[in-house]
Amino acid sequence: MSQATRKPVLAVGPFHPLQEEMEFFQLTVDGEIVTDIDVRISYNHRGIEKLSETLQFDQVPFLVSRICGICSASHPLAYVQAVEEIAGVTPPERALYVRTIINELERIHSHLLWVGLAGHFIGYDTVFMWAWKYREPVLDLLEEITGNRNNYGNVKVGGCREDVPDELKPKILKELDVIEKKTEMLTKAVLDDPIIHARLKGVGVLTKEDGVKFAVTGPTARGSGIDIDVRHDDPYAAYADLDWSVISQPEGDVFAKAVVRLLETIEAVKIARQAVQKLPKGPVAVEVKEIPPGEGCGHAEAPRGETFHYVRSDGGNRPVRHKVRAPSYVNVPSFRASCIGEHIADVTITLAAVDPCYSCTERIAVVDSHNKILHDYDELLRLSRAKTAQLKKEIGAPEMKLEDF
Amino acid sequence: MKQEELDNRLSEIEGELLGVERTADTRIFLSCESEKVYAVCKFLFEELQLRFVISTGVDAEHCFEVLHHFTNDESGCIVTVKAMIGDRETPELESIAPLIPGAEWIEREMHDILGINFRNHPNLRRLILDDDWPEGVYPLRKDVKV
Repeated sequence: MSQATRKPVLAVGPFHPLQEEMEFFQLTVDGEIVTDIDVRISYNHRGIEKLSETLQFDQVPFLVSRICGICSASHPLAYVQAVEEIAGVTPPERALYVRTIINELERIHSHLLWVGLAGHFIGYDTVFMWAWKYREPVLDLLEEITGNRNNYGNVKVGGCREDVPDELKPKILKELDVIEKKTEMLTKAVLDDPIIHARLKGVGVLTKEDGVKFAVTGPTARGSGIDIDVRHDDPYAAYADLDWSVISQPEGDVFAKAVVRLLETIEAVKIARQAVQKLPKGPVAVEVKEIPPGEGCGHAEAPRGETFHYVRSDGGNRPVRHKVRAPSYVNVPSFRASCIGEHIADVTITLAAVDPCYSCTERIAVVDSHNKILHDYDELLRLSRAKTAQLKKEIGAPEMKLEDF
Repeated sequence: MKQEELDNRLSEIEGELLGVERTADTRIFLSCESEKVYAVCKFLFEELQLRFVISTGVDAEHCFEVLHHFTNDESGCIVTVKAMIGDRETPELESIAPLIPGAEWIEREMHDILGINFRNHPNLRRLILDDDWPEGVYPLRKDVKV
C-alpha cells in the first residue's frame, strides 16, 4: 500500500477494556473522526447450536439458559415456545404468569446493569454504584424463586420448573415498590442532569431507516422510533392480560436509548407487580411426552431485543436443527451506521449504547482445533493446580487445607 | 399491516412459490426455488415492509436448506422463505445482503459453518471461524461429529 493511501487504524480489543468481553473493533480514523469500522467477533465459541442437536428436548433449556448469564430467562423461553408450537402444547395459566414475572425481573436487573455500565463508561461512577446497588435485591428475588441468581433454568416444555410460592408474594411486592422508587430517583437524576444531556444527545445517531436496514431490535430499535416489542406484537406468557406500554423515542441517539431503558425498567416493575397480584391458582406445568415431527419459531423480548429460536424436529427425542439469534447479532452491525463520522471520544459510548452481549452473539461449533492437541478437563485441572502450587511456593504462602476454614 | 391484508398480499406471489405451509395462524412457510429467493425476499422486505429477523441454514442430509425469517410486527406473524439447495458439492444461493445489510453477518456465518456460497455478497470473508481453521471443513454439517 502506498504512503498516500495508508490510513491509521485504532484498535479497541480483542479484549475490550471496558466491556470486559472478547470483541475487536478496528476504527479507521482521519484525525479524530472515525471513517470506517470493522468488527471482529467469535473469539469465544461454545458450539451451542451444534451441542443442542446432541441433547434431548428437555435438556436443551439448561444449555440455552447459558448462552447469556443476563438473558438466561429469555433464551430458554423462546426455545420452549418454539417446541410448544411444534407439539401443540399450551402451558397452564399459572406457568404463563410465572414466566412473565421471571422475565420482567430479568429485564429490570439487565437494564439497571446497563445504566450502571453506561455511567461508568462516561465517567459517572455514582450512577454505576447506585444502579448496581439497586439491582442486587432483584437477583436475590430470582435466587429465592428459582434457586439461582442467573442461569435460572426455570422454563421447561409445558410450563415451569419452579413455582412462585404464594407466601413469597408479599416480599416480591415489597421489593418491587423499593426498586420502583429507586429507579425513579435514578431516572430523574440521570435525565435531569445537564451534563448527561450535553454528553449523550445527538451522539451516535441511528436513523429509523438505517435501523430497518440493519434489522435492529429491542431498545436499539425503540430508541430510533421503531416501536417493535415482541411482548406486544406477538404476545406470549401473560403479557396480553396486563396493562403496560411500549416505550419508544424518535431521536436515535445514545440519550434516547438511555431514556428507553430507564422508562422500560419502570414499566417492567409495573408488569411484574400485576403478574404477582393476578397470579392464578393451579399447576405450573403439564406433562409433555413426545415432540412430533415439525418446525417451530419462538421469539421473546429479551432485555436487549428480540431473541429468536427456530427448532426442527424429526419425531425423535432431539432437535435436528436449533437456530438461535440473539439480539446483539443484529444490533452490533448497526455500528456501521451509527459510528462512522463520529469523534473517537463518542464512539465508546455509542458502541456501548446497544448494550452488546458477545457471549450471546457467538455460539457456533468448534469441535477440533486445527490439529492442535486440546487439553481435556482433567489435564486443565492438573495444570491449574500445578500453577497455583508453583505460585504459592514462589511467594512463600502457607499451605492451606479445607479443614482450616 | 393487518393479518388479513398480509394474507392477501402473499397470495399475489403464490404463483412464484412451490408451496405455502401454515403451521399456525401467524406462522407461514413459503417454499420456493433457490433462483427465486432474492425476488421473494425483495417483495417481502421492500413491498410488504416486513422486518428481517435472521436466516437459518440447515444440513438436511440430501440437500441444504436456507430459511429467511421475516415478521409482520403489526400482526405478530412470522413469514419464512424456504429454499432448497440440491447441489451438495457446490451449494450456492443469491445473497440478500445487498438488499438487507442486516443479513450480511448471517450469510457469512452460513458460508463458514455450512459451506454455502452466497453470490453477490458484498463481503463474504470469515465471521465465525478462526483464520487458521482448515479450508473445506464445515462444522455445522452433519458429517462433522461433536
